[in-house]
Amino acid sequence: MIEIEHVSRRFGTTLAVDDVSLTLERGTITAVVGTSGSGKSTLLRMINRLIEPSSGAIRIAGQDTASLSGEELRRGIGYVIQGHGLFPHWTVARNIATVPVLLKWEKARIDRRVSELLELLQLDATVYANKYPHQLSGGQQQRVGVARALAAEPAVLLMDEPFGALDPIIRSQAQADLLALQRRLGVTVVLVTHDMEEALHLAGHIAVMDGGKLLQFASPAELLARPKHGFVERLIGTSDRPFRLLSLRSVADAVEPGDAEGRPVPDTTTLHDALADLLWRQATSLPVMSADGAIRGRITMAAILARAGAPAVSSPPE
Amino acid sequence: MTSGFGEGRSTRVQPTSDRLRSPTNLFSSLLGRFDRVGCVFGAMAAIALVLQPFVTYRPNRIASGKSVSFLAALPQTTGLVGGAIICTAILVAFSRTPILWRAIAAFAALAVLIGLIGLVPLHLVPPSNTFARVSPSSGFWLLILAFALLAADTLAKLKPGPWVRLLALAGVAAASALILCSGWLRGISILKEYASHADTFWTEATKHVELAVGSLAGAVIVGVPLGIACARLPHLRAITLPVLNVIQTIPSIAMYGLMMVPLGLLAARLPLLSELGIRGIGTAPAAIALFLYSLLPVVANTVIGLDQVSPQTSEAARGMGMSGGQRLLKVELPLATPIILTGIRIVLVQNIGLVTVAALIGGGGLGSFVFQGIGQSATDLVLLGTVPIIALAFVAAVLLDAAVDLTRGAAP
Ligand SMILES: Nc1ncnc2c1ncn2[C@@H]1O[C@H](COP(=O)(O)OP(=O)(O)OP(=O)(O)O)[C@@H](O)[C@H]1O
Ligand SMILES: [Mg+2]
Repeated sequence: MIEIEHVSRRFGTTLAVDDVSLTLERGTITAVVGTSGSGKSTLLRMINRLIEPSSGAIRIAGQDTASLSGEELRRGIGYVIQGHGLFPHWTVARNIATVPVLLKWEKARIDRRVSELLELLQLDATVYANKYPHQLSGGQQQRVGVARALAAEPAVLLMDEPFGALDPIIRSQAQADLLALQRRLGVTVVLVTHDMEEALHLAGHIAVMDGGKLLQFASPAELLARPKHGFVERLIGTSDRPFRLLSLRSVADAVEPGDAEGRPVPDTTTLHDALADLLWRQATSLPVMSADGAIRGRITMAAILARAGAPAVSSPPE
Repeated sequence: MTSGFGEGRSTRVQPTSDRLRSPTNLFSSLLGRFDRVGCVFGAMAAIALVLQPFVTYRPNRIASGKSVSFLAALPQTTGLVGGAIICTAILVAFSRTPILWRAIAAFAALAVLIGLIGLVPLHLVPPSNTFARVSPSSGFWLLILAFALLAADTLAKLKPGPWVRLLALAGVAAASALILCSGWLRGISILKEYASHADTFWTEATKHVELAVGSLAGAVIVGVPLGIACARLPHLRAITLPVLNVIQTIPSIAMYGLMMVPLGLLAARLPLLSELGIRGIGTAPAAIALFLYSLLPVVANTVIGLDQVSPQTSEAARGMGMSGGQRLLKVELPLATPIILTGIRIVLVQNIGLVTVAALIGGGGLGSFVFQGIGQSATDLVLLGTVPIIALAFVAAVLLDAAVDLTRGAAP
């Protein structure tokens, strides 16, 4: 758990981060979104004290981050930056070993950990371990950057626009990999992005910032359903709202008993993709298949459309 | 009229053969048969062979000399055969030929030239005459230069890696040593001059290298930390670099002069210092002046090297939890090393030249032969100082270029 309490940071006369309070649950992914200059990176870098807060306190697992030295703190927190920032004069293996070496692990343990991570990030050790960063593609460099951040088994992973430099296809692959990795390792991830789509897709909670202030902190569904009037509403965009809402839920949520014609859709597909499938095939219903291949019912156009509207307002926001 | 012509040109597509036959293309395709760089070297060699004296003959060491042309300097058949080989090499240089041919031509010509020059004294000087001097003249030197440049150019086109270049350097050094030790050139005047100065030659040569390398070492020990400090502290940088720049512009003779006064005074006050060799003239002022000259390239390149480390890399190093010192030693300095070494290369080559002038204030080194030679108007003695200095500078440049490439190694 990361507790951010009344944290501010001033650079000269600009207030880059203005009295932000947030609590991030253990083992979740939180996205920080906002326009350029809104203070996202500054907030993230205050968590590992690359930037010291001007005021306020940050606690990780109950411990005040100010009670450790900056270096000690940072060795315990994974950090991934845009364009990877790999050390150009070190091999992939040496890059990944950065923090374990700083922590003075034994050589055998470091070697074991490096090959474990290469495997985890689907990089063949025999091919890549001794390559240099400039010999890798952008996507591979990004994965090495993640492996390096995870090397010392940190409980917290900070990512500043980690997918910013990737092309759309590699990018969505990297996003899927991150989701799988996070579920497997249970790390707490804080991800800075200015891509709302990415935030909605990856995060359990989204913090929207503007001009250094935290405007709204909510789950994706909540954010779509009840965006704060003004900036957040504009950031989300009203025209795509129904489709974004459908992207958040899977077919499993809307499956109903009955038969249908055609090639079955997996129940893990998002409702958004299932709708696209129905429209493309000009069908009103399709059979649904579970992971083991068994047909477990059908998905209908009507059931999808019923879930695309604004949720009933149970209580007014705030 | 004009517009009509323009339209006609833009719409008509000329058939290929038509275009080839147009005068400008014909010209450029003719030019294409020549190697442009090779033409320069070839022309240089041809002029040297035909128009320049090959050797100078002097009845004794300081008498004025008589120019002797290539063919006159050699026995007739040897001269004709040797000349033919050199002419062939010149033709190869001119035309566009495969790299291997060019390399063979260049090295063959060099070998033939060295072989021939060794024969000249035997031909021109009767064995009983021990005073007469035969020294290579402008024609010989230009030929050597032209073919050495051709060899360097062909080797550079092969883009050899650092290890290959080091190996080539070792090969050239071994070949030169072999030729010199074989005694083939013993009749040539520089080597006669060497024979009469053999005892001091090696002490002065050693002193030359010690002065050049020692002042460089001092500059590295002081300059790299100073450069690191300048990279971190903009205020320090704003003062240091301009001051070093000014020092760099002081002519070397003036600098040596400047050193003499304060050191002379110091030595007069403190006899202990003068006993240690720190006096107004001699090695100490030379070493200090060279050290001052060496500072700017070392400091400036350290600053540039550290500046060009990408901010992302430094940020990542900090984000991984490296301390300031670890960041410097593990990341920033290694990434700056190729550029720092480039600065060291500049300094070393520059120092090898500047040490020559140090002889004027009693600093010793190969320069003492140069100035003695000038004083006695003995060209051979001047050359005995100059040729090794050029060779040293060349070796230093090749060694450090290879070192720069080796440290750049993995990084892009
Ligand atoms: N080291 C610094 N010195 C001075 N001002 C800074 C510094 N770092 C950030 N700022 C200022 O703080 C504000 C917030 O910057 P920050 O980098 O946190 O924005 P961001 O939301 O990450 O933007 P982007 O999406 O462009 O990365 C900006 O106005 C920026 O100019
Ligand atoms: Mg940012």
